[in-house]
Amino acid sequence: MLRQTAGWFDTRLGTSAFVQKALTKVFPDHWSFMIGEIALYSFIVLLLTGTFLTFFFDASTSHSVYRGAYEPLNGVEVSDAYRSVLELSFDVRAGLVMRQIHHWAALVFIGSIVVHLCRVFFTGAFRRPREINWIIGVLLLILAIFNGFSGYSLPDDLLSGTGLRIAYSIALSVPLVGTWMAFLLFGGEFPADEIIGRLFVVHIMIVPALIIGLLTVHLAVVWRQKHTQFREPGRTEGNVVGSRLWPSYAAKSVGLFFAVSAVLCVMGGLAQINPVWLYGPFEPQQVTSPAQPDWYLGWVEGALRLVPAFDVRLFGYEIPNPFFPAVLLPGVTFTLLLAWPFLEQHFAHDKEAHHLLDRPRDHPVRTALGATTLTFYTVMFVAASNDLIAKWLGASIFGITLVFRILILIMPPLVGWGTYRLMKALTASGAGHLSEMPLAALTNGASADGHGSRVHEGKAHTGDGHAGDGPAGNGLGAPAEDAHAPRG
Amino acid sequence: MSRGPRTSPPGSGVALAFGLSALSSIGLTVVYAFGGQPQLEGLLLGVALGGLAVGLVRWAQDLMPGGGYVEQRDTEMGGTLQSDAAVRLFERGEEEVQRRSFLGKALGAALGALGLAALFPIRSLGSAPGTSLVVTPWADGIRAVTIDGEPVRPEELAIGGVLTVFPDGHPDAADAQTLLIHLSPGTYRPVTSDREGWAPEDFVAFSKVCTHAGCPVGLYQPADHRLFCPCHQSIFDVLEAAAPIAGPATRPLPQLPLRIDTEGYIAAGGDYSEPIGPGYWSRPRA
Repeated sequence: MLRQTAGWFDTRLGTSAFVQKALTKVFPDHWSFMIGEIALYSFIVLLLTGTFLTFFFDASTSHSVYRGAYEPLNGVEVSDAYRSVLELSFDVRAGLVMRQIHHWAALVFIGSIVVHLCRVFFTGAFRRPREINWIIGVLLLILAIFNGFSGYSLPDDLLSGTGLRIAYSIALSVPLVGTWMAFLLFGGEFPADEIIGRLFVVHIMIVPALIIGLLTVHLAVVWRQKHTQFREPGRTEGNVVGSRLWPSYAAKSVGLFFAVSAVLCVMGGLAQINPVWLYGPFEPQQVTSPAQPDWYLGWVEGALRLVPAFDVRLFGYEIPNPFFPAVLLPGVTFTLLLAWPFLEQHFAHDKEAHHLLDRPRDHPVRTALGATTLTFYTVMFVAASNDLIAKWLGASIFGITLVFRILILIMPPLVGWGTYRLMKALTASGAGHLSEMPLAALTNGASADGHGSRVHEGKAHTGDGHAGDGPAGNGLGAPAEDAHAPRG
Repeated sequence: MSRGPRTSPPGSGVALAFGLSALSSIGLTVVYAFGGQPQLEGLLLGVALGGLAVGLVRWAQDLMPGGGYVEQRDTEMGGTLQSDAAVRLFERGEEEVQRRSFLGKALGAALGALGLAALFPIRSLGSAPGTSLVVTPWADGIRAVTIDGEPVRPEELAIGGVLTVFPDGHPDAADAQTLLIHLSPGTYRPVTSDREGWAPEDFVAFSKVCTHAGCPVGLYQPADHRLFCPCHQSIFDVLEAAAPIAGPATRPLPQLPLRIDTEGYIAAGGDYSEPIGPGYWSRPRA
């Protein structure tokens, strides 16, 4: 039967050569290579649960009176969008669990993209020839964040309405075109009625279509270029060592899909998320307190809170304060992210192809820069809760905000410097893993530093026939082959 | 991966996991049939999917050929020779096109014009900003009413009290939402001479829309007469014409002139002192 089917297709499409190659394709095994798969599988869960939700959601801001199972809001006049979310949560069987799985999956989707990005960054997997996939990955992150925001804005509840209000003000803050941009996006002055219906189309069609397209290319490029692998005996720049697609890698990967969806389902069943019935319907003159966005926008929210009170007024025109933390900062963030492979190629003089991964210590400067950057965004993320922290500590909001303004200046360089020292000490100690490094190596770091790296520079070009890593000597230079003693 | 001496035949754990998954799916059907229960649904779905996960992964790890397969890769894709050949092929076609350069230009012009024409529907997406960011429905003599449309008499709001009001007839005008505050007698300080008469019977009114990012400035502390925005923690001092004293806001909340009309209700004496809400490129100076 299978033979006949295969034959039927092969005589029409000539598929058997490809299938043969595909089934024996080798994928390297490492736990960190599964993080991207977690993102992919969360996205599939998003598509499945999201499709279910579209059958019940009503993207309209027309008002009607809610009459349903949720008593406290019975008889209250609300928008159709809000009413339909209440109904699908309380009156549609399995509706609430679907909605909560969908929301949790969104959080995990973006979270695993970010962790995947960190993995790719700290192991140098973005280097030639993988710059294309790095760029596609960053674009996917931007789209995912945008779709997260457009998704949680749909229920037209008080919390997300406040978020939309801020988004409108941010659009308004863009120089020259901001006013028109905000009016065209929202359909008029806030709160314009069109925005929910528009976000719905964007959320369920335009952005998912773009994500599916880019994701397909992302995976096709991985397939074509073959996956990177860590340095271990028998692994070279010219081969891939691991499991074959059929059957073991396929079984493990499908198993991972079920594992991801299992965890998301349990979260969706047991952990309440976005209880819009507690926030109440959106009313322009009301606001929730506290008001925080979903986690992936926490850094923008924190930046909005931390930035000092200033704006720019030039020749009778104004660049208002939110432009700097909420437009300029994300713009610079994603531009630098997109440009990173090329920046590193330029500054490290390394334009060679790499298929063997670095360990973070092999490039102390890159690792330190990464740690610095992560710290910068983490401080902003935490600062997005400055009101809650002030409340918990019983401190004044002035004091807490001041502390965060100081932390954002000193923490990133401090963590970067510490990371640099740690990486140097790790290399010098020769330990296979951080946990095996004697503590003394860190304190002796200063003397071991220069010595250790000089030894490596001398040997950097004696690798496995992969010469021309470019001049070493700066921290981003070529990794030392002898730094990778076989582990385990 | 070695797991020590086996006490059960290989694959029994896998079978157990798949069995548990099947049972859980049956349980899910039962729960659904009896009206559904979110926590149980999530849990049973989790066990049904988790059983499949555990079974598949253990099957793969214990009973399938593992890693150690080697596949060769091209360290560089393609090569200069192939790409040169591709470029030559393209250029040969390009020469054909360039021989008819006028046609090429005409084609470019037509496509450009079409592209421009295709941009125009974007204009249909929203109304022109016009003066909508500058003016609100407030005007001299328009009464301040609650969200339910009730006009307000001075004696109805105690000292230290605050009330969100709208212009009469526009209870849904988000840009006209206003905080009506009853100050302690004699504490009103007009920041400019023209604002002297704006606080009849110690009532002042400020736009409720934060000048930072537009959130409703929802919290008022009468003790230190401060308004607090819960979104980004801007704080405004009501006695200093709602000037920002902390947080990211750079401008005071616009003040609404008040008067008591002939029937004793609180009414506006005109529109706000300046455009309300967050800043934008062409915002007129006050």
